[in-house]
Amino acid sequence: MWTLTQIELFKIFRRPRTYIAFAAITGLIGIIQFGLKLDGDSYIDFMMRDITSSITVEGKILNGYQVCYIVLQILLVHVPLLIALVAADMISGEANMGTLRIMLTKPISRTKFLLAKFMATVAYTLLLLVWLAILALFLNMIIFGTDDLFLMKSQYVVLLKKDDIFWRYVWAFGFAALAMTTVASLGFLFSLFAENSIGPIVATMSVIIFFTILSTLNIPVFNKIKPFLFTTHMIGWKEFFDIKVNDANEAIIGSIQNPQKIINSALVLVLHIIGFVTAAIVIFKRKDVLS
Amino acid sequence: MRKIILILITCHLSLVTFSQDMNALVMKVKAKLDQVNDYEADGRMKTDVAFIKAPIGKVKVFYKKPNKFRLKKDGGISLLPKGGVSVNMNSIFSITDFVALAAGEAVIGGTKTKIVKLLPSNENSDIVLATMYIDEANLLVKKAVTTTKENGTYEIEMSYGQFMQYGLPDKVVFGFNTKDYKLPKGITLEFDDNEKKISEAEKLKNKKGRVEITYTNYIINKGINDSVFK
Amino acid sequence: MQTIVAVKGLTKQFKNLSAVQDLSFSVNEGDVYGFLGQNGAGKSTTIRMLLTLITPSAGEVEIFGKKLTSNRNEILSQVGAVIEKPDVYKYLSAYENLQLFARLSGVKVSEEKLMAQLDKVGLAHRAKDTVKTFSQGMKQRLGIAIALVHDPKLIILDEPTNGLDPQGIADIRNLILHLSRDLKKTVIVSSHLLSEIEQVATRVLIIDKGKKIVEGNALELFDPSQTIVELQTFDNGYALQQLQVSAWNIHLQPQRDTAILIKLDRQLIPQLHRDLVDMDIQVLSLQPRHSLEDYFLQVTSGNQYVDTYSN
Repeated sequence: MWTLTQIELFKIFRRPRTYIAFAAITGLIGIIQFGLKLDGDSYIDFMMRDITSSITVEGKILNGYQVCYIVLQILLVHVPLLIALVAADMISGEANMGTLRIMLTKPISRTKFLLAKFMATVAYTLLLLVWLAILALFLNMIIFGTDDLFLMKSQYVVLLKKDDIFWRYVWAFGFAALAMTTVASLGFLFSLFAENSIGPIVATMSVIIFFTILSTLNIPVFNKIKPFLFTTHMIGWKEFFDIKVNDANEAIIGSIQNPQKIINSALVLVLHIIGFVTAAIVIFKRKDVLS
Repeated sequence: MRKIILILITCHLSLVTFSQDMNALVMKVKAKLDQVNDYEADGRMKTDVAFIKAPIGKVKVFYKKPNKFRLKKDGGISLLPKGGVSVNMNSIFSITDFVALAAGEAVIGGTKTKIVKLLPSNENSDIVLATMYIDEANLLVKKAVTTTKENGTYEIEMSYGQFMQYGLPDKVVFGFNTKDYKLPKGITLEFDDNEKKISEAEKLKNKKGRVEITYTNYIINKGINDSVFK
Repeated sequence: MQTIVAVKGLTKQFKNLSAVQDLSFSVNEGDVYGFLGQNGAGKSTTIRMLLTLITPSAGEVEIFGKKLTSNRNEILSQVGAVIEKPDVYKYLSAYENLQLFARLSGVKVSEEKLMAQLDKVGLAHRAKDTVKTFSQGMKQRLGIAIALVHDPKLIILDEPTNGLDPQGIADIRNLILHLSRDLKKTVIVSSHLLSEIEQVATRVLIIDKGKKIVEGNALELFDPSQTIVELQTFDNGYALQQLQVSAWNIHLQPQRDTAILIKLDRQLIPQLHRDLVDMDIQVLSLQPRHSLEDYFLQVTSGNQYVDTYSN
């Protein structure tokens, strides 16, 4: 199994397509960093125009933690598309190339073959997130320094102490890994149904875009189905940046406002992953390879 | 008719005498505060606004005569009422030209106080009206409600301890009005349903914000460089 | 002689297409088993069923005396295959491809051995080049190297000469002969071209529309002194009955609806003629076929190519 996964990883990282996602992330973060470094204060002013009518926020708002949050907020909506690029190609790409039939005449059970491919996809996803963490968190911590994190939510604002942030990012990236793995498993499932990679990639992206729009729309009819969409739960990482307050309205350092919500979201995502992968195995085992 | 005139005259006279009394009281308080040329203090600041979730932060407060005041957070970010926190009486008393009017008595924090309305005569003063609740026995301002031209009305409540003889409080509660806060979810990229937020939304209706500073240590009249206030 | 592949009643029904119907055949150790049929006859479907790429609708496959369904991995570790186009990872080098598939086959092969394998198919000098730069023939040779890298007992080549130039075709032919004669491998090779099979196969199976037409020893099937005669009568059923009880029974071939096929020495044709008259069979036509190619085309397609090839 490990050998198989190694082979799959070797294949992934020998393909130029793999690096598109890394390059895209690097480019996007670079642009955001450049923009914020150059004109970040006016961006912050713009962001804060609602609150500054009654509150003055003093201090270094635009620090590395803030920039990382901005980057994650923007990128984690789009990274799924980059993951789909590889995940949705895992089987369909091989079918298209014609290598799938050779692979499947080798003495490896289809389940193992599929799981190894999935593990490799997950490894790719994780590496992409590690890269994202290096650029968005560590690099920004160096470029912009670290300080308290001031976040504006739709109903309230949150101020996190400098020493109370890093661990939240560690968990947030962990959660993001789970969310992105869900996307990967969806793309992976779709990749079974086609003999070219465009179809599954577009299908995965479409589902994510469609669901995300449904999740974003604040229309009562859609609100009922929102909890059942995995995209609603994919932004659960943000919950790590919400803090509890005591009766005196003091933020309790080291606390999370709604840990249960994170656990629920994580469970929903895990169930989706299990569901998608199981479906993929069941379908793949019966599939006639005609490519 | 004569009676009425008489009453009016009496009233006027008593008002004047009252005013003079109040002036004297205010001057006494001012004199007490005038002992302090400058101070530097460490404090713990709590921002209590319904829509703000912030931890307690450490602050440093600097004051220098006549009206230089600066609140600094030990690094980090601080959330303060717009227009700054004028949490010291010294600034208010820097007004030199004023009319003080008596407006009755009240009990603040278990202490009987005299209510004094302070009206600056100078039209350029930012302060339009300051209402003080003065503990006559100790010459301490227990509470002040200040209406300003620029930053609305705010309220300061003070409790005293160790540094009572300088008129410097141990704890200051600064109350101010806040506006509504709400951002569209499209901007904050939140997908949440609203149901759970009702209780918090209730809280938001309370538009009074408070900043609470508890001082732990004062350094008085040791001289402060002006650069601190820049 | 040991039976390497035994197929019984193999059937594959796609939604509305019956690709393979009740196919039975067996391949013995050391055979070069030719698998002949027009495009779409069901060769590839059958081969894919042998390799577990397609699940049969019915029937059973035994390879090396074991059931394929329950011993898949054990069996496949002893099988090497090239299925249609020899597709490999284009972004990897020839060497990397070979190494990768060797590992997947569960064998650890040293670098020298891998290079020797590439040398055998004439690709040693291009070992480090990515496959994208290879010609069709080179890819085919790499495909074969991959099929052989784990030293399998059974080698399955599905249309190995597709898209190759004459030299490439000749190379494949020589390779098959080498595998069989020198290395004593069992080879199953499919083609829609009789000429290719004719030159290498020891046994032949001809299928059409998913059904077996004929299976037999290549020497017998391809014997040039033998002729196939196509007999059409007023009542083919009666004629067949009569022939089956006569001495001609041994010459009868699997029957088709419109004609009775009889395989015999050319010299016996006049005798057959006389006997048919004696048996009171009303003959509409008695047509000898001139070559196996002709026969093959006749039985398998029965239509478009016949005119071109028959005299």
